[in-house]
Amino acid sequence: MQVPAYVEYEKATSVEHALGLLARFGPEARVLAGGHSLIPMMKLRLVQPETLIDINGLTALCYISVTDGELRIGALTRHAQLLDSAVAGQHFAILHDAEKVIADPIVRNWGTVGGSLCQADPSEDLSAAFAALKASMLIQGPGGSRTVPARQFHTGPYETVVAPGELLTEIRIAIRPGVGSAYEKVGRRVGDWPVGAAGAAIWLAGETIADAGIGLTAVGARHFAAAEAEEFLRGAPATEASFARAGEIAAEHCRPSSDQRGPADYKRHLASELTTRALRRAARRARGTGA
Amino acid sequence: MQVTVHVNGVTHTREVEPRLLLIHFLRDELRLTGSHWGCDTSNCGACVVWLDETPVKSCTVLAAMADGHRVLTVEGLERGGVLDPIQQGFAECHGLQCGFCTPGMMLTGRWLLDHDPDPSPAAIREALSGQICRCTGYENIVRSVRWAAEHAAGTP
Repeated sequence: MQVPAYVEYEKATSVEHALGLLARFGPEARVLAGGHSLIPMMKLRLVQPETLIDINGLTALCYISVTDGELRIGALTRHAQLLDSAVAGQHFAILHDAEKVIADPIVRNWGTVGGSLCQADPSEDLSAAFAALKASMLIQGPGGSRTVPARQFHTGPYETVVAPGELLTEIRIAIRPGVGSAYEKVGRRVGDWPVGAAGAAIWLAGETIADAGIGLTAVGARHFAAAEAEEFLRGAPATEASFARAGEIAAEHCRPSSDQRGPADYKRHLASELTTRALRRAARRARGTGA
Repeated sequence: MQVTVHVNGVTHTREVEPRLLLIHFLRDELRLTGSHWGCDTSNCGACVVWLDETPVKSCTVLAAMADGHRVLTVEGLERGGVLDPIQQGFAECHGLQCGFCTPGMMLTGRWLLDHDPDPSPAAIREALSGQICRCTGYENIVRSVRWAAEHAAGTP
């Protein structure tokens, strides 16, 4: 029987209250959102917080909206809500692609977008999707709020820039014209973490790539992104040759590790192939010629 | 800490440790042993119950998180001595087999039918994809959910 170690528990009733509790209980407190990563880790004693600050009552952080030219996603939005959101899928199909393959339908009912990002698992899917979309994260703390680019959010495996006493409250994605996006994942079975996965966003001006974003997860990519491949694509024609070369560049710059999900060379192969596939599908969507 | 949880329409108040998992609260505190405690890692889905309107894996939810909320377990599916069609479907189509995964399968099946009254076999498989039947009798489980879609409660 796996049971977490003894822990204190506080229920937050507002963002301000949560910040107050975080200040009062200090760095040994942990924010409890969906809990679908935190509670299993507590059972295994991989983490042993002194206090849990339950933010599940902060329904004000459950929303998906378009405001000031941005798609805004509240941090407590459940995975199932993002998957069901027509407005999210209409602007950024990559979010639905990714959500369909995150865990399983029951876990998606309770796991949250913000919780997944703050857990910062190096194989997490949305981290790659938001890296591809060049999203930004709104973090609130005792001194006010700050915005951090998705690519500066993670500082390492299971580590983010969210300091003790701070709370991730929103993810923002700028809506720019000509975009298409897609996510491609290979896993061992339904619901598993990826062996490798790639997300792509492409902004087309005619048949020229005005801008591109590539997110990678589970393959040791810096900041979940493939910056060198994006640089290659900017200004290039939106052709099969460009996408294939971008995949090769992405694979060259990632650092996968061999583990029970596969050997490093296979993961590097996936980084290349899945980047190419995601770019191809993103381009079709940008042109409006395919799902 | 004190928690008050409305389980199958009955309000229960108990003094619990904050670390108590919802599955153990249901089974050990309330003696509602219909919900099964399986893998303990949120993979198998034997422990699925509804928290308010949503199926969740209760081995990965604290009882404290259910404080002030409604929980539906397999014991709450029957109404006035009449089985829910999902329960009758499992009986009619031999969906139980060993029975261990059954409570979770039925609660997810009920939720699916509430949202999609005429689901395709593919939709049923997708909805149940977070739950494991170690008898591997998925065909019968899919048939059971389809039976429930096609029959009203109290079908003789």
